[in-house]
Amino acid sequence: MKKPLIIIKDVRKEFIVEKKPNVVALNGVNLEIEKNEFVCVVGPSGCGKTTLLNIIAGLETFDSGSVTMHGEDIIGPGPERGVIFQQYALFPWMTVRKNIEYGLKFITKADGSRYTKEEKRALAEHYIKMVNLTGFEDSYPKALSGGMKQRVAIARGYALNSEVLLMDEPFGALDAQTRAQLQEDLLRTWESEKKTIFFITHDVDEAVLLSSRVVIMSARPGQIKEIVPVDLPYPRTQATKMESEFIKIKNYIWDTVYKMYLEIPK
Amino acid sequence: MAEQKKSARKLKDFSDGSARMRYTLMTVSIIGGFFFWYLITLIPTINTFLASPKQVLRALISESKAGGRYWKDISISLQRVLIGFGLAFVASIPVAFLMGWYPKVRNLIEPWIQFMRTIPPIALIPLVILAMGLGEPPKYTIIFIATFLVMVVTIYQGVKEVDKTLIKAAYTFGAKDRDLFIDIIIPASFPFILVGARLGMASALTTLIAAELTGTIFGLGARIQGAQQFMDTAIVLLGIITIGVIGFILDKILLFIEKNLTKWK
Repeated sequence: MKKPLIIIKDVRKEFIVEKKPNVVALNGVNLEIEKNEFVCVVGPSGCGKTTLLNIIAGLETFDSGSVTMHGEDIIGPGPERGVIFQQYALFPWMTVRKNIEYGLKFITKADGSRYTKEEKRALAEHYIKMVNLTGFEDSYPKALSGGMKQRVAIARGYALNSEVLLMDEPFGALDAQTRAQLQEDLLRTWESEKKTIFFITHDVDEAVLLSSRVVIMSARPGQIKEIVPVDLPYPRTQATKMESEFIKIKNYIWDTVYKMYLEIPK
Repeated sequence: MAEQKKSARKLKDFSDGSARMRYTLMTVSIIGGFFFWYLITLIPTINTFLASPKQVLRALISESKAGGRYWKDISISLQRVLIGFGLAFVASIPVAFLMGWYPKVRNLIEPWIQFMRTIPPIALIPLVILAMGLGEPPKYTIIFIATFLVMVVTIYQGVKEVDKTLIKAAYTFGAKDRDLFIDIIIPASFPFILVGARLGMASALTTLIAAELTGTIFGLGARIQGAQQFMDTAIVLLGIITIGVIGFILDKILLFIEKNLTKWK
């Protein structure tokens, strides 16, 4: 059997809080992510899902356990693991095109050379088209709606050709229609250019629609409670949400998550 | 669709209003202000300490003629402001960036900056004069201290408050610390540098006039001080108005630069 792309083994992470006992953000987390798999993570706030994403991204350290990609320890951030943030993280002083091109300057191509100006431009052009933002190449982010900003961020993630895309509630701040559209767009993009996607959401519908496995996390301490496979064939669309199998899985996950939510002292 | 009833309650409008209304009111305000000034100076008691617009205009004409000192006062004051401000601007940027970038530098410098900030720079005049005499350097020094502190604090806040998500994003692209500084920190704090410059310029002007009240013959502050001894209130007012106009123009210039350099904001 092929080895999984990312292996998270027994990861523990504590946060030091001044004058208070440490908070255990993650405890005994084990997860294996296959190449080109679409994994969604759901769980109540405080379950450490963002911490887990940051650890995979290399933006956060952990106390014990191991996290590897291709069998090698992750020791810091790198372009092979792109991150898409809920707050878009576009550079406001760069145009859409420049935002997409910027990360390319750090990438060495397979033949050891760097991207030329023309190549960067062509790549940016291609992905701007893919996310339907043609005509906005020279706009600054302030002129874009939330949905458009997130599409730029996705184009940026794709242009850098990361093997893994880590998405932290990327559609959380968007209205329902824009969200539905971006979900479909992301599915189309992923179906046409396969990548490994690790996607955090608090929207169970979204998790089931997008992923082939839904990881349910529980809080205090953050750990993986259950992993639910979603055996619905791709390509999926918003219509997939009507299928009985979809509804069955969704209800099951929703029940589990909601029970945990009720158990949290508030 | 029927038109809404006229009796519908009108809610408080918090907008700036139309451009036309704004300019009309601004013009009314300026003309009205001058007229009010003219009216009160018709009262002899008031006219003894407040010159009328006509007297100030006459002072302006005689002072700005050849042999008058108006232009010389302006140029010497401007020179002091621009040199003191310029030196402070150049010095404050690296200090602010060092403070924002290295926590150790921040912890070493910040207490002093916060302490000095509460002291009016004018209070330092006696010490600076004792140390540097009565030439130009003490004026530059006073302005330098005042504007440097204002600008360091403003720019440093900007560096410190750069959106952390942008930094994370740059790291995930593979940016090294050097790239992060040049590509992210500098452009992100650019607006704060420009705001700092405007605040610094305003404080340079205020401090300058105070600095010129002692130990100098030329300059707008000195001119005001001198005119007071001869009860020449027209010259005093002329000086005050000139300072106001200079401050207004300098601020507009900086605002123009700011608008053009940070179009993305």
